[in-house]
Amino acid sequence: MIRLTRRYRFCASHRLHAAGLSDAENRALYGKCNNPHGHGHDYTLEVSVSGQVDAESGRVGDLAALDTLVREQVLEPFDHHDLNKEVPAFAERVPTTENLAIEIRSRLAGRWHRVFPGEGPALDGIRIQETKRNRFELLD
Amino acid sequence: MLITRRADFSASHVCRLERLSDEANRALYGADSNPHGHGHNYVIEVTLEGDPEPETGMVFDLKRLKDVLHREVVEPMDHRFLNLEVPPFNTVVPTTENLAIEVWRRIEPHLAGPRVRLHGVRVYETEDLYVDYFGGQP
Repeated sequence: MIRLTRRYRFCASHRLHAAGLSDAENRALYGKCNNPHGHGHDYTLEVSVSGQVDAESGRVGDLAALDTLVREQVLEPFDHHDLNKEVPAFAERVPTTENLAIEIRSRLAGRWHRVFPGEGPALDGIRIQETKRNRFELLD
Repeated sequence: MLITRRADFSASHVCRLERLSDEANRALYGADSNPHGHGHNYVIEVTLEGDPEPETGMVFDLKRLKDVLHREVVEPMDHRFLNLEVPPFNTVVPTTENLAIEVWRRIEPHLAGPRVRLHGVRVYETEDLYVDYFGGQP
């Protein structure tokens, strides 16, 4: 078994604000991330796939197909967009990096078998860095 | 406990299957199939798993690990064209996957001991693409 990891980048803005809490409670909970007009990050996304190496091609999977899936499902809808206002999944859900990881994993997993049918590689996990100082992982 | 040592080397390679046409190779490997090859600054991370020896406080002598990496991997591969100069890549396509497996095969026999074993090999082809191999059926 081999695990291959590909790194992608996108820039997006967000605001952390829970609708059920008061303004004071939101400020206490989210700090600067609650500032009313939002702010942005350069996110780094790692997507790992795992499987058997094909004896002839020496590859675990089609990297171009992975790139296309991530571009269509994550980079195009998220990059240079406001997550709260432009990504329907975050209209009601707070776009913390935890929720962002769950949303990205769900987008990739939902279309995985269409892109990698049969013996293709499995989705092994994703990792998101919101800044250089924090990292969130969701492992399959 | 896991301990990891990093090393790097620069090499050229080309990924193509001779039985396929240029178009089919391009569809399979993209720009990696360009016939005259291209290069990367490869980074390898080698991770050992073991318990510190009570007297020395070390899992493994890192100088020895550095020497093994240099002798088995860096020296034979640095500034070489992998397909032409580094077996088995005259017959095995030097993808990042196969490179990780080959690094494991070269170093593993030199790193086994009563309290230590090779845990994993990570090969970065670029900052944005890396492969992990943990031994066993690849």
